[in-house]
Amino acid sequence: MTPLARFWSEFRENRIALVALVVVVLVVLLAIFAPLITPQDPYDMTGLSLMDARRPPGFVGSGGYAHVLGTDPQGRDLLSAILYGLRISIQIGLAAGGVALTIGAALGILAAYAGGRIETLIMRIVDLQLSFPAILLALVLVALLGQGKGQLIGALVAAQYAYFARTAYGAAKSERRKDYIEAARATPLSTRRVILRHLLPNCTPPLIVVATVQIANSISLEATLSFLGLGLPVTEPSLGMLISNGFPYMMSGRYWISVYPGIALIILIVAINIVGDQIRDQFNPRLRK
Amino acid sequence: MSPVLEVTGLRTHFHTRAGVVKAVDGVSFKLEQGEIMGLVGESGSGKTVTGFSLLGLVDPPGRIVEGSVRLNGTELVGMSERDLRRRRGREISMVFQDPIATLNPMFTVGQQMRMALESHGSISGRAAAARSEELLTMVGIPSPRARLRAYPHEFSGGMRQRVAIAIALLHRPSVIVADEPTTALDVSIQAQILATMRTLATETGTSLIWISHDLAVVSSLATRLAVMYAGRVVEEGPTADILRRPRHPYTQGLIASLPAMAEPGAPLTQIPGTTPSLLSLPPGCPFAPRCPRATAACAAEPVLTRDGTRAVACFHPAEPA
Amino acid sequence: MTYLTIDHVSRHFAPHLTLGEKIAARLGADVETRAVQAVTDVSVTVPRGRTLGLVGESGCGKSTLGRVISGILPPSTGTVLLDGKPVMTGGNKTTTRVQMVFQDPFASLDPRMKVGEAVAEGPVAHGLTTRAKARDYVAGWFARVGLDPALADRYPHQFSGGQRQRIAIARALAMQPDLLICDEPVASLDVSIQAQIINLFLDLRRDLGLTCVFISHDLSVVRHVCDRMAVMYLGRIVEEGATETVFNDPAHPYTRSLLASVPELVLDADDLVQFVPIEGEVPSPHAPPPGCHFNPRCPFAKDICRTEKPPLKPLTADRFAACHFAEEILAGAAT
Repeated sequence: MTPLARFWSEFRENRIALVALVVVVLVVLLAIFAPLITPQDPYDMTGLSLMDARRPPGFVGSGGYAHVLGTDPQGRDLLSAILYGLRISIQIGLAAGGVALTIGAALGILAAYAGGRIETLIMRIVDLQLSFPAILLALVLVALLGQGKGQLIGALVAAQYAYFARTAYGAAKSERRKDYIEAARATPLSTRRVILRHLLPNCTPPLIVVATVQIANSISLEATLSFLGLGLPVTEPSLGMLISNGFPYMMSGRYWISVYPGIALIILIVAINIVGDQIRDQFNPRLRK
Repeated sequence: MSPVLEVTGLRTHFHTRAGVVKAVDGVSFKLEQGEIMGLVGESGSGKTVTGFSLLGLVDPPGRIVEGSVRLNGTELVGMSERDLRRRRGREISMVFQDPIATLNPMFTVGQQMRMALESHGSISGRAAAARSEELLTMVGIPSPRARLRAYPHEFSGGMRQRVAIAIALLHRPSVIVADEPTTALDVSIQAQILATMRTLATETGTSLIWISHDLAVVSSLATRLAVMYAGRVVEEGPTADILRRPRHPYTQGLIASLPAMAEPGAPLTQIPGTTPSLLSLPPGCPFAPRCPRATAACAAEPVLTRDGTRAVACFHPAEPA
Repeated sequence: MTYLTIDHVSRHFAPHLTLGEKIAARLGADVETRAVQAVTDVSVTVPRGRTLGLVGESGCGKSTLGRVISGILPPSTGTVLLDGKPVMTGGNKTTTRVQMVFQDPFASLDPRMKVGEAVAEGPVAHGLTTRAKARDYVAGWFARVGLDPALADRYPHQFSGGQRQRIAIARALAMQPDLLICDEPVASLDVSIQAQIINLFLDLRRDLGLTCVFISHDLSVVRHVCDRMAVMYLGRIVEEGATETVFNDPAHPYTRSLLASVPELVLDADDLVQFVPIEGEVPSPHAPPPGCHFNPRCPFAKDICRTEKPPLKPLTADRFAACHFAEEILAGAAT
């Protein structure tokens, strides 16, 4: 049995984690195929009618179909908007998580392997940044860089790479001392090969755990920034912006505009975190029987 | 005289994800007062789990599924945790391979010894200190009074193991189970501790079960040996007799494979194969697949059969002298 | 003919202090700032095809010396030469002629690499075989160490300790070394498996004509496989000579006590084996005692031993001991 197969058979035993994984996969699939399944393209401003704005769930609008979850203040079908919003959230989460993972892992492993001044320099900067709230840093960066997907991802990466660097550093530092690294150096194999073929693969388990959590964090950070009006342009509504748009109407009985995107966001983040927890537990030898 | 400790048909199994691991599967032996018995085996032979079972220290998913452990006539298997705890330390105690398992880094050695003394009845501070100092002297710790105020990390590995032994002796238990207590130590320190243990056992009349993988270490200490393989005792008897004329093919193989038994540079006599997985033991004699004398009869499980002072679980044992 | 020359090799480790520790040390906390002298001025040679045993207790520097010889650690001073050519230049290992087998086969194999790949990796990187022929090359070495070549696609966790050590030996030998460093290769194996691995080692050494350095704390194993042995204490060689000579008639008091400490199986005695333990413990390598490092534990120590470091001097043509009174001890005249 390959390590992966063994991992999967253990993962399957936790029912809750399995359900969470199914939810994550389902949400991702819905987001990917949003253009095929939604009744409306929420980005197409010409297709919107203000007549349909703020209608409750089940309302049949000018399009001639039922708005299952109601409509938002611009007259968008909320279900369509949520699925497109998920699409953006997941894209941004994955992109920011991926880039932060790459940069952070590279820095952390480099610091651990090189040692000396390089180690001190990198890790001091990382520590400094970790002592700073990520949301604050992201806010400042978005304010400086301006709006747009690229800028947002950049801000999220800058706010999060330090977690990956810390994790990679810790893992690499302890793996580095092990005999198999010494054996590779005794062969001798090139430093590049030792790092890429031996050190990196053995540092991945903790990085995967941090990556799942950080993707969830990126998504909620993006939602927070969008809620505050600092995220994406109004023409590309993300979940955070949808919640923000509905906020003024919460008290006037039109709860759905904020609540449904909020539920979608919570389901996604909680599910990712449950999957992440299970992966972490499986990687932790102390919890193993 | 009735034995201090009598173990009969002990079975400790672990119910794991992969199946039932029969770590201890039918172990019986008796221990007389003041006797030192060596429990010898390789990894996976069940020697450590046997030791833990005697003190009721097997954690889930492990469980004693069958058998009896009688200490001074009292049955320990099935006893409540509360009653067991009252006996642990006072009637039976354990020394571990890693003394860190016994010692708390947050307290001085003196405080820990006092706590151990207080856990079984009240004792004055002065009396506790006196008893602690007496024991540290006994296990050979230099300037014991000063060392009572030291923390575990201030001791070397060998000295820490001596402290662990002193704590195990605090209540004058009838039995001490020592699980590879010198394996992590250097030979010169091991020699010191073995010499100390030998004297202590004679002086205090405590019975000792010495668990080890190293035949030479055990044979320098124990008067009686029990050799374990795959959760069973395969041979038992006086140390000198077993070493001189082992009857079970496994014991024979173990002794013959030692480098000291061959001319330097000559090939060693080796036992073929590897130790079996306790998850998928072959039916019958567990040693049969590696045994040079195995026959069709070995498809049934041999019983440990006593013949005078010696016992062996084999259908084709070597003749005793 | 000398193959391995260890020439005045020393290796120390400077403590790597964190910022916090440096501050704590400044404020007067008990932080160890002195360097550890792991190996001090060791010189020894090994002829081609011979096996040198390195013996000593933990902290004596035998493993560090093994890592210096195999080019994992650069020496602080001195050089290690193979056939006259240095193992390391400028902190980098420049030869594949020396390979190493580690103590713990559970730690020395990369858990995420298939064992066949692990064996092939070095030879492919150094052009001993090609990627295309690697499978057959690995299969050959697997068969050579007594493993089924079909197991090459498995991961280390699917093997027992003894099998893993065979894989580790195959990995080292696949580099076609002349010199093999074995660092406690059987210490973490079960007794019944130890004999298998020692036999394998003896076979391979003979068939491949290997020169070996065999590091072990187990004296009976060293006696069995080594032609010569060097006994180390606190970073220095205190005695060196032919294995049987050293065992039968040790010249250094430390060697004598070490040999006396080992419990041996005595089959024809009715009584328990007697042995005489050495007094005291190994001192801290941060602050070794002045003079002869062994003097605080030595039954023969005199004033000179507390002030003057005894050099490793020849007693006979190929026997060396670092003791002021080695001759007297050998003659039985020391008190």
